[in-house]
Amino acid sequence: MIGLAHYLTVSAILFVTGVFGIFLNRKNLIIILMSIELILLSVNLNLVAFSAYLHDLVGQVFAMFVLTVAAGEAAIGLAILVIYFRGRGTIAVDDVNRMKG
Amino acid sequence: MNIIALVFLPLLAAIVGGLGNRALGNTVVKSITTGALFISCILAWPIFIGFLQGNDHAHVVKVLSFISSGDLKVDWALRVDSLTAVMLVVVTTVSSLVHLYSWGYMAEDSSQPRFFAYLSLFTFAMLMLVTADSLIQMFFGWEGVGLASYLLIGFWYEKPSAQAAAIKAFVVNRVGDFGFSLGIFGTFLVFGTVSIPAILAAAPHMAGSTIGFLGMRVDTMTLLCLLLFVGAMGKSAQLGLHTWLPDAMEGPTPVSALIHAATMVTAGVFMVCRLSPMFETSQTALTVVTYVGAATALFAATVGVVQTDIKRVIAYSTCSQLGYMFFAAGVGAFGGAMFHLFTHAFFKALLFLCAGSVIHAMHHEQDMRFYGGLRKHIPITFWAMLAGTLAITGVGIEEVFGFAGFYSKDAIIEAAYARGTTAGGVAYFVGVTAALLTSFYSWRLVFLTFFGEPRWIGSEHIQHAIHDAHGHDHGHDHDHAHDHAHQDAPDEGAGSEPTADSRGAEDMPKGTGGYHPHESPLTILIPLVLLSVGAVFAGFLFAKPFIGEGGTAFWQGSVWFDREFMESVEHIPMLAKLMATIAMLVGLLVALWAYVWDKSLPARVAGSARGLYAFLLNKWYFDELYDILFVRPAFALGRLLWKRGDQGTIDRFGPNGAAWLVQATGVVSRKMQSGYVYTYALVMLLGLAAAATWVVAN
Repeated sequence: MIGLAHYLTVSAILFVTGVFGIFLNRKNLIIILMSIELILLSVNLNLVAFSAYLHDLVGQVFAMFVLTVAAGEAAIGLAILVIYFRGRGTIAVDDVNRMKG
Repeated sequence: MNIIALVFLPLLAAIVGGLGNRALGNTVVKSITTGALFISCILAWPIFIGFLQGNDHAHVVKVLSFISSGDLKVDWALRVDSLTAVMLVVVTTVSSLVHLYSWGYMAEDSSQPRFFAYLSLFTFAMLMLVTADSLIQMFFGWEGVGLASYLLIGFWYEKPSAQAAAIKAFVVNRVGDFGFSLGIFGTFLVFGTVSIPAILAAAPHMAGSTIGFLGMRVDTMTLLCLLLFVGAMGKSAQLGLHTWLPDAMEGPTPVSALIHAATMVTAGVFMVCRLSPMFETSQTALTVVTYVGAATALFAATVGVVQTDIKRVIAYSTCSQLGYMFFAAGVGAFGGAMFHLFTHAFFKALLFLCAGSVIHAMHHEQDMRFYGGLRKHIPITFWAMLAGTLAITGVGIEEVFGFAGFYSKDAIIEAAYARGTTAGGVAYFVGVTAALLTSFYSWRLVFLTFFGEPRWIGSEHIQHAIHDAHGHDHGHDHDHAHDHAHQDAPDEGAGSEPTADSRGAEDMPKGTGGYHPHESPLTILIPLVLLSVGAVFAGFLFAKPFIGEGGTAFWQGSVWFDREFMESVEHIPMLAKLMATIAMLVGLLVALWAYVWDKSLPARVAGSARGLYAFLLNKWYFDELYDILFVRPAFALGRLLWKRGDQGTIDRFGPNGAAWLVQATGVVSRKMQSGYVYTYALVMLLGLAAAATWVVAN
């Protein structure tokens, strides 16, 4: 029987994968975006799992909101990427180091 | 009201001239300052004559309130009495003539307004000193002349030697001033007032009392007098604190005349005379004053004998004459001390201004070894110098006529004899010996400068003048300050006949090198003539009121005047009286013998007594001694505190340490800001984790 603990474990694995995807990744900015999606999805999984476990629909409704926000975030992130590529000719993570004073 | 104008006009002139400076221009500033001084001088003489005739009486003119704090009440007030009147005349007369003289002497200097402003400031400070009614105001003037002398000695600040001399004068004077200020504190402690008349009135009641000082019980009045006397020693360049005076020659010659004759060095003598009733309460203090004065008189006279720089000879002569004044005060002849101060002002100013005129004529050469035969070339200077020399050596015949020094110096020597104490006897002996030496070095100066064959060719200054004469008329047009810089530079003409002179070497008189000294301009000659009159007649005219039967009436108690003692001076044995004159004649004859008849003698004597000669030439090694005792330890201490204390400790751990810490932190934290997104993300994560842990843990 698959219980809550299994869902939470998968969710945690996804979350940690996402986090490490962000800062171990040296190659592509798109991977960072994907990692962020992964993190959001793991959170969604948590919400849905608890919703089912507690018989409370609010969690699933909230998950729908998160999906919406994630979609918007992906759209904006990709848009920034495109603009950035036009300007710099690369989206390699190691070349993106201008975020300092 | 006259007295206020008299004292403050020089200040006004100094302010206007000093601040106006280049905006007003040379001529305007010179006219303002010189004019102010002459007005002061014209105002001063009637005051003096008023006291001479006995019409005038001591009074105090209050100007402003100064300090009022508890018991301490000090006013800016001008005290006018006989003593002040004498000093007013001396200061304003010499100063105004020096101002006039400077028109000619400093004509080629590039910063004349500054010079004249300083001169006036100097005069003002001295006037404040001599009119002081309280010790505080006297101290104000005291420090004022110290400051002005510093500015004037270091007037040619481009010259390192002038800077050094100025600093030396200032520092040595500080030592004396320290004693003086301690004396003032002590006086206030004992008497509860700084008003001079109040102190003098209370002083006799304090005689014999004791006071704790440095853990000992000492006689109050002796202590106070000696502390004050330390101040006088510094200002009046007495043995021990005299080292600044000869170095003060680095200033322009008019400044030397002013310092040596009227202002500055006379301040110490004046102070002792002003406080003479106080000094009379302590025989110990008076004995010390006598010995110090006698030692200085002898010391400076011996050094003066071997100096070759014309100004240095006169400088040591000043030092020696100040010694006379002090031992006169020490034996109780305060009137004699003031009289010698008065006559000395005229003939010493005259000698210095003459020396300046000679230096001017000889293209800034100051070494007498390169003079000679100048009598015919600068006759007026020669006659003025002769008058000054006759005055300082004290030529005269009893009951007939004598030059200024004859009356004042002989009176001092006789007073020392008449005192009858051991100190008086020593002072008498020293006085006679110093009179012999004075006569010798004064005549030596005259003979070397004005008589004999010209020896100008050996002087590099003259060489420059000859070379420059081809380029432009005014050989001495370039700056004084640069003269010395040239001295070390190789000069193709030095030491050989200047063959470049197209007028032909065979036409030139031997030793002149073709140089023609010219008599100084009128602005230089007028002061010389006026001062000559003073040097010739000052003694003859004023002997009676200063030291004779008119003394009591003249001084009106402003200095201690012991009528009986002064009378006993008249009745000392004839031989004792004549000793000074005999000593003077011996000195003259020796000088004649050594510098006119047998010119190889000085070299032979110097050769046979090499050690003594070196000892005297090096001024008894005082400078070297002080260098080892004070200057080097002071520098060493300074260097220690600078390198170890300041740089090694305070800077290292203070500002520099803090800066280093900030920098090191910066170096570390700079690495954290990589600009990579993932690094920031990691930090965010760690922070988030830490925050979450903290929340959960609580």
